[in-house]
Amino acid sequence: MSDDFILEMNNVTKEFPGVVALSDVSFNVKRGEIHGICGENGAGKSTLMKILSGVYPHETYTGKIVLDGKMISFEKGAIRQAIESGISIVYQELALNPFSTVGENIFLGREPVRFGDVINWNDLYGRTKKLLTTYGLEIPFGETVGNLGVGKQQMVEIAKSLSEDAKVLILDEPTSALNQFEVNTLHAILRTLKEKGVTCVYISHKLEEFFQITDTVTVLRDGKHVATIPTAETNTDKLIAMMVGREMTERFPSRKVEIGEPVFTVKDYKVMSTEFMDKTLIQDVSFDLKKGEILGIAGLMGSGRTELVTSLFGEMGKQIAGIITLNGKEININSARDAMNHNIGLVPEDRKRLGLILEQSILKNISLPSMDHFSGFMHIDKNKELEESRKFAKSLRIKTPNLLVPAEKLSGGNQQKVVISKWLMTNPDVLILDDPTRGIDVGAKYEIYKLMNDLVERGVSIIMISSELEEVLGMSDRIMVMCEGRSTGILDIKEATQERIMALATAGAQDEKEFSC
Amino acid sequence: MLTEQNSALLKKVKHGLKDYTVLIALALIWILFSILTNGIFLKPRNISNLFRQASIISFLATGMVLVIVLGNIDLSVGSVVGFLSAVTAFLQVKVFYDLMPRIFPAMTATGQGIMSTIFTIIVVLLLAVVIGVWQGSLIAYLKIPAFIVTLGGMQLFRGGVLGVTQGKTISPVDSSLVSIAQGYVSKPLGWIIALVVVGVIFFTTMLGRNQKKSYGFEIPVMWKDILKASVISGIVVLYILVMNKYRGIQIPVLILAGIALLISYISTNTRFGRYAYAVGGNLEATRLSGINIKKTIFLVHVLMGVLSGVAGIILTGYVAAGTVNAGQSYELDTIASCVIGGTSLMGGKGTIIGAMVGSLIMASIVNGMSVMNMDIFWQYIVKGLVLIVAVYIDVVSNKQKS
Repeated sequence: MSDDFILEMNNVTKEFPGVVALSDVSFNVKRGEIHGICGENGAGKSTLMKILSGVYPHETYTGKIVLDGKMISFEKGAIRQAIESGISIVYQELALNPFSTVGENIFLGREPVRFGDVINWNDLYGRTKKLLTTYGLEIPFGETVGNLGVGKQQMVEIAKSLSEDAKVLILDEPTSALNQFEVNTLHAILRTLKEKGVTCVYISHKLEEFFQITDTVTVLRDGKHVATIPTAETNTDKLIAMMVGREMTERFPSRKVEIGEPVFTVKDYKVMSTEFMDKTLIQDVSFDLKKGEILGIAGLMGSGRTELVTSLFGEMGKQIAGIITLNGKEININSARDAMNHNIGLVPEDRKRLGLILEQSILKNISLPSMDHFSGFMHIDKNKELEESRKFAKSLRIKTPNLLVPAEKLSGGNQQKVVISKWLMTNPDVLILDDPTRGIDVGAKYEIYKLMNDLVERGVSIIMISSELEEVLGMSDRIMVMCEGRSTGILDIKEATQERIMALATAGAQDEKEFSC
Repeated sequence: MLTEQNSALLKKVKHGLKDYTVLIALALIWILFSILTNGIFLKPRNISNLFRQASIISFLATGMVLVIVLGNIDLSVGSVVGFLSAVTAFLQVKVFYDLMPRIFPAMTATGQGIMSTIFTIIVVLLLAVVIGVWQGSLIAYLKIPAFIVTLGGMQLFRGGVLGVTQGKTISPVDSSLVSIAQGYVSKPLGWIIALVVVGVIFFTTMLGRNQKKSYGFEIPVMWKDILKASVISGIVVLYILVMNKYRGIQIPVLILAGIALLISYISTNTRFGRYAYAVGGNLEATRLSGINIKKTIFLVHVLMGVLSGVAGIILTGYVAAGTVNAGQSYELDTIASCVIGGTSLMGGKGTIIGAMVGSLIMASIVNGMSVMNMDIFWQYIVKGLVLIVAVYIDVVSNKQKS
């Protein structure tokens, strides 16, 4: 096989004091292919990205990187150099100005000008339009970016990279914020790009995506290169085995739970938006949650999943109507404090923004909602606080030298465990988990699944929102599907399939345009 | 290998230096001024004045730390202090002086004076609470940005000063009020205080160790704790030694020590304090943790009001009158003290002790320059620059983190 490589990594080693982040990594990316890179958190993916994007200048690592036949070596602080040489990265967190238009964002810093410094708007939008049509990206070029959905915003990022004549487009976790529909659109775009000869490096935590989109997969583990193989020659189990270094017999651990009577019921629930007049966030939602049950909530982004659980938790919306009962008694929840007093806990969707106080210690994060357990008037029993927090940190196996480490220093999976510990300490009967495994690696996911099983076995009832269909199907006893703020159906796990869920999730919203919410 | 060890050592030294940056800055400033003033700066008399001058801003800084920790700011403190100082003088001179002989006819004039001071203090502190409640409610419950509420308050209470004083100085205030700000503790009593403080330091250290032990926690090596307690005790004893060489411990400094310890304790050892830091660290996450955010923000501003009251009373005693200009530009000194002491304007971070050292640095700069007989305009220029540099350091250290 005479291979035409566009990107060659040769014996790349990058060390930090005390840690080898990349050790002698070599692999090649073929011209025009979609090349997947997988590995757990800490496997070295982000270090690799930072080397390729020039964040780590060439003197800080050893080894050779060849791009399109030329050896590349970026100097310190020359991130621009990397872009000019043809490597473009679409980051996990989008870096767009939400108040500017699509065209302005794409040409930011490279605006066509005349008479010295006057922007030629016609030229700018003309070029934007041409660019978007060439690659089949359906985005209104004059729209303000903030008005677009996450999926479309990502397309803008991709368009921006393409306008910079990227030879290699690197996508870092491109689907972590997308719903299934948007993922499909993204994949279609990537296929178009491939036809046009653009090479893509695709980093993801979602293994099934590698099989949907990539030609070749490279597996990294603990900073070492494990394998680079054609995707067609492997499968999910083999990939996982390579990633974790051992056989994983099952992705979703099984459980034996006697499901009891309904403990938490919601009837004819309706919520209005506090931000927009007359906007209904949630309507026609009724469900019950039984003791020891995991109720999955599936739905596309913007389907009202998060709004539903946040308003049930007392922290969203107004003019809330409907009847909520807990253990047969009708209750009113007007704040997170009310919810906690009824032993309801919520692990919110965005752990960094909503779950953690990043610069504070693990200890302070875990104990925050439970301070009443350890304190009297003018006093906190810090020893008791530490003792209790340690129990949870230990049983959830949070990897840290001690609990005084700031939460920001932990990996995504461990951060999520801190947020979960925080709510377990409040001793909930009903625990709501909003996308608990988003952006965390396979090993940590498995631990969180096991933990959920332990909880329901102890009689806790769980509501779990998930963006991954496989996860909803793998973990739930029943699945409620939402679309546009309504519940469109509740499926028993026995009758649930990916297709049925997707059908319900798009019920009444078949028109594609309605997704760009 | 050797270089690796060296760089590790270098890192440790760097870290250590960073932890003590403020103290090192203070030491450098003191050394500089003592050279420039031929040693006058470090004479017990000057040190005594310096600490007393620093105390008024320090009262405000203890509260301001928590305000800034919330992510808020209070620009009104100068005017509030000025207003409460004017009210203090007004109440004593124009109200209680005449009232006391009628209420306590049997008392001596001195006794009546003391009673008028006590009445004044009570009323002023109540008024301080009202001001705190006013600003706190606007900020916490009506959600008007603290910047605007206190910018408005700055004008509002400056107007109050002019209204109360009618543009004239109100004096004379009673000697008992003056002695709160200008008095000294007798020297033997100073030593007794020293003894008690050292006792308490060692007792709490040992108590802490025992409690940790009873939970089965690892405890630091004995000598480390002893060393720490000894160093703190040493500083206390040294301070009292120097002060007793002059006239003894200054009463306002003693009151400040009490209040600073109390606020420091509240900030780290009560739910209220914990929540204030949590709000500043991540408001949304704190709200979702079931914490009453509004109440926390409200209470911090009420506390700020009360401390402004304390500062106002002591300022009146210090000047022995209520004046039109009282408290002017105190907001700058207070905010600068906090920021120099490591309080981050981004919220979530800051310590009372740091702010105390920061306020001492600000006072040292002013005091040193006046001992050197420099023109007063320099004080404004230097203070302004110091604030900007301190914030710059905060910005840089935040950048390094991310």
